[in-house]
Amino acid sequence: MALSSGSSGPQSVEARPSAWGGLGEILDTPTKRRIAIVVILAVMIVAPIAFGPYATVILTNALLYAILALGLNIVVGYAGLLDLGYAAFFAVGAYSVGILTTTFGWTFWEAITVAVIAAIVAGVVIGGPTLRLRSDYLAIVTLGFGEIVRIAARNLQITGGASGIIGIQQPWLFGWHIATPTDFYYVFLALAIIGILVSVRLANSRLGRAWLYVRHDEDAAEAMGIDRVRVKLAAYIIGAIYGAIGGAFFAVNFTAISPQSFSFQQSTLFLMAVVLGGMGKIPGVILGAFIVVLGPELLRDLGSFRYLVFAVGLLLIMLYRPSGIWPMGSRR
Amino acid sequence: MTALLDISGLSLSFAGNSVLQGVEFAIERGAIVSLIGPNGAGKTSLFNCITGFYKPQRGRIGFDGAEMLRLKPWQVTQAGIARTFQNVRLFRQMSVLENVMSGQHCRTSAGAIGAILRLPAQRREEERIRDCAGRCLRFVGISSDEWDRDATTLAYGHQRRVEIARALATEPRLLLLDEPAAGLTKGEKTELVELIRRIRDERGVSVLLIEHDTSLVMSISERVSVLDHGVMIAQGSPRQIQADPRVIEAYLGSEDAEAVLAL
Repeated sequence: MALSSGSSGPQSVEARPSAWGGLGEILDTPTKRRIAIVVILAVMIVAPIAFGPYATVILTNALLYAILALGLNIVVGYAGLLDLGYAAFFAVGAYSVGILTTTFGWTFWEAITVAVIAAIVAGVVIGGPTLRLRSDYLAIVTLGFGEIVRIAARNLQITGGASGIIGIQQPWLFGWHIATPTDFYYVFLALAIIGILVSVRLANSRLGRAWLYVRHDEDAAEAMGIDRVRVKLAAYIIGAIYGAIGGAFFAVNFTAISPQSFSFQQSTLFLMAVVLGGMGKIPGVILGAFIVVLGPELLRDLGSFRYLVFAVGLLLIMLYRPSGIWPMGSRR
Repeated sequence: MTALLDISGLSLSFAGNSVLQGVEFAIERGAIVSLIGPNGAGKTSLFNCITGFYKPQRGRIGFDGAEMLRLKPWQVTQAGIARTFQNVRLFRQMSVLENVMSGQHCRTSAGAIGAILRLPAQRREEERIRDCAGRCLRFVGISSDEWDRDATTLAYGHQRRVEIARALATEPRLLLLDEPAAGLTKGEKTELVELIRRIRDERGVSVLLIEHDTSLVMSISERVSVLDHGVMIAQGSPRQIQADPRVIEAYLGSEDAEAVLAL
């Protein structure tokens, strides 16, 4: 321990501004940040016991959105690519698991491997040609891709048509049958934590920096020897993997899936979570996901008015905090 | 031994407007060469052709024996040609050090898996990228207390130098500088001349610069090439260029005439 504190002396160069943005002034030391993380983690761990079964289901959904928002953040926030069809990757993951576990009797873990591979293939097929073009085209193509996946799922025999797939088996993990809502809550919590760690590590890497270079100035980045198509494709594929994993666990959590879960509206909600919280800022993106899920729930008493109130609230946030709710750091 | 850069019969046109016409141009190893010419002569276009940003219709560009013409900009950089831009283009909202680290991208290879697992090879590579960027910054005279600052908040003259450091971090054999002295003070220009010499002498990098400041061009270049309306009208030593009647004619009536001819 003494050694590690010694190495973080004045010699080590802190290259990356903290992801804490403007809160960096309050959480200005690593200790304070560690305390903040521990407190949040403790609250999340006791939440199912403290808030009851209904809240557990809602929070599980919020965690799912957080995972997807983290994945979409890599595409939109880091690499600056507008993806309007992110629900398609979510669908690829969910349907791969749904079909393979029910029709073919595979285990969940075999199926999720195929789901991830399918998402990578879809990412290459969609991203490969379009990422060469200007980003506006990517928005149009991803919008189309999202609709194609949904309409295909609705009309194919193997995806169960409009009624979807039911009776998806819940998975076993080393003798633990993941079955109750509380089990799934903790699974999604673990996935979200892994999602955060992966995002942080990617952001602080050669690839993560390349995304920022390309986002800020494509020509200058290329003049520095960066293959922008390859770098963007990497972001798009990593985003696709997040989406597929989210979708796979979504399928086994609800044990039934149908095309409605993968609509354009769903893609918009994911994108809203990213933009609302603050693109490129991990805590902001998670906050955004929680607002998108919990907002309408907290306003449930208002009945059908709640979406109106929610929409007005969102407009106000966009007006007064155009770069997201999470405070801007001094440098980012 | 062939020339480091060898351009022949290079022609570029946009929608029927001819920008470069049959340009012949060569740079010897270890040379400092300047490209001058009136505004709109096609100097930056020639830069953009060499670095792969423009696709010329005809001609060939050989670099160290390899053909560059069909390569993309990032491949040209990987092959060993680096550039700066006429108007400084540092990456916004990123530190000085991070800006220069971008140059090492094409000399390193860690991908997503390495980054996520923080493998030893990846950590060593990160260290190497950081070291190289630091060395390049010190070389151009940016001290380490400025490395963590947002690059675009530096004084203009320092931003220019960071841009040169960033280009050097790609480990080039040929460095293209597009008007490196524009906007610099007299003192900074003197330092720039010194820096360009050191880049060639200490790093063995050949330099091609586009520049309007004639006294700077004449003092530093071993050879000068003059481009006018997309045609290479004269090439030679600074002294030969100043006496060349075609050059005098090309500059006649232009704002730079006095500067070029008075010398």
